Amino acid sequence: MEPIMAIVVGCLYAAAIYMMLRRSIVKLVIGLMLLSNAANLLIFTSAGMTRGAPPLIPVGAMQPEGMIADPLPQALILTAIVIAFGVLAFAVVLIHRAYNIIHTDNLDQMKDTDT
Amino acid sequence: MSPEVALPIIVPLMTGTLTLLAWRSNILQKILSVVGSIVLLITSIWLLISVQEQGHVVMYMGNWVAPYGITLVADMLSAIMVVLTGMMAVAIALFSLSSASASHERFGYYPLMHLLLAGVVGSFLTGDIFNLYVWFEVMLVASFALLILGGERAQMEGAVKYVTLNLLSSAIFLSAIGLLYGLVGTLNMADIALKLSQAEHTGLVDVIAVMFMVAFGIKAAAFPLFFWLPASYHTGPVAVSALFAGLLTKVGVYALFRVFTLIFNQSPEFTHNLLLWVAAFTMITGVLGAAAQFEFRRILSFHIVSQIGYMLLGLALYTPLAIIGGVFYIMHHIIVKTNLFLISGITHRLLGTYDLKKLGGVYKARPFLSVMFLVPALSLAGLPPLSGFFAKFIVIRAGVEAEAWVVTGVALLVGLLTLYSMIKIWAEAFWKKLPDETDGSGLNQAMTPSLAALYLPVIILAACTLFIGLNGQPIYMMAEFSAQQLLNPAGYIEAVLGVKP
Repeated sequence: MEPIMAIVVGCLYAAAIYMMLRRSIVKLVIGLMLLSNAANLLIFTSAGMTRGAPPLIPVGAMQPEGMIADPLPQALILTAIVIAFGVLAFAVVLIHRAYNIIHTDNLDQMKDTDT
Repeated sequence: MSPEVALPIIVPLMTGTLTLLAWRSNILQKILSVVGSIVLLITSIWLLISVQEQGHVVMYMGNWVAPYGITLVADMLSAIMVVLTGMMAVAIALFSLSSASASHERFGYYPLMHLLLAGVVGSFLTGDIFNLYVWFEVMLVASFALLILGGERAQMEGAVKYVTLNLLSSAIFLSAIGLLYGLVGTLNMADIALKLSQAEHTGLVDVIAVMFMVAFGIKAAAFPLFFWLPASYHTGPVAVSALFAGLLTKVGVYALFRVFTLIFNQSPEFTHNLLLWVAAFTMITGVLGAAAQFEFRRILSFHIVSQIGYMLLGLALYTPLAIIGGVFYIMHHIIVKTNLFLISGITHRLLGTYDLKKLGGVYKARPFLSVMFLVPALSLAGLPPLSGFFAKFIVIRAGVEAEAWVVTGVALLVGLLTLYSMIKIWAEAFWKKLPDETDGSGLNQAMTPSLAALYLPVIILAACTLFIGLNGQPIYMMAEFSAQQLLNPAGYIEAVLGVKP
């Protein structure tokens, strides 16, 4: 499973960077979205994937028996998803406002503050 | 239990909540904001005193002992940074009394400002790497909203760059956390440091180290990914610019100091050497960028970049004296840079522009303000007897002792060019005659309470600069203490985990 996930994560990163390098601000936001998903899947993969072993402690026991899946990466990903969602909502509103004010979605024309 | 570690986080969060509750009353929000900032300063001083007595102050959230729960850890560096945050909070809250416009206040200026402060303080105090990410995001979301208050064209353009680069850095940070967790299976920074020091050093550790360097380097506006800063910092309301200039990039610098002394200290010949080059290029590109500018706040923004280079230089040389210099530099820089931005706000109030070509005649009409500008400006350039001289002196002396001649030469040259930039602002905005096309009627306006509220924080911060310059010994002792702690990660690990590594 890990090699497949590794390839998926790599493709997501590549797609995200490609989208962010385009000129349209909409594609920029899509790139950011893919990037945060890639990072989440990377955490999921690199923390190790254990199949069919829920981290539950049997009744009466003090600690789980045998090998269990690590629940912490999922907690991390959940937090990261929530944060990414909030930030993304902001980014979408921002590009909408930016489009209304600047009247263009071309990043190359947003250079007034650069020089 | 040590409540003083949690209080500096809780106070701004509570202040932010209370100002939200007082949504309809601007006056009440202002009062709450000033009172909340003063309380933050008091609690941060309590923390500093407590750290000076105990070394490390540790608090386990929910009584879950490390490494299982989230820990808050304050060592000397964190405590110094928190105190500086408190000072800046008070200065900005006072300045905002008269600088914040009603339209900004209506869109939640005060709640956002205190949320930002909570994020900044949280980043300084947490002992958990994922928690650090969360505090970064708290800080970022608040800063996004503050930056676009007003919604002008330049702000939108600046914000698109600011948001993109910062989100990119967050994604890299998150990926690095994921890889690090896969490697050591823990998130507590002390535990990570312990496990990494026991494990065999592999190439993957260096890869993760560089990922952290890139992520924090973007936040700190280090070369080569600094360009979001001069594109955005000068666009927001001036009090917001001042707050960002003083605190936000320094959170990135703090994170670099923390991570590259505590966690990634196994192969300094690779990581710290890389940082050394980053520092040199950051200094030189920042100052050259400033030389080409003719807008008050944009020059100052480029100088943030060049000054970040000095702090990184302190970390990169990685000798006790260099770390002392780096910490001293951070302390001096936060005060001075915030003050310069506030002064640019006052000249804007007087003449209605930030463009140096349109400014002028301030020295003739307002000599006191001009002297108040000279104190932080010459301090930034590093003239004795102001705080910047000692900060630069320590860093450069550390460079000479480490025989890093190229970087030391760059640091000296950049100091000279900084002086050039500051003299340019002095000559253009303060010394030369008021250009005919500029309306100078605001220049001689009477000293109203509204104007006095702008002067007050400037005078306080200039007094701090003079104090550090004339009486640097206690500040040096604090920096020395924090350098001792930073170079002895075993003390940090023992304080958090209770085991000797």
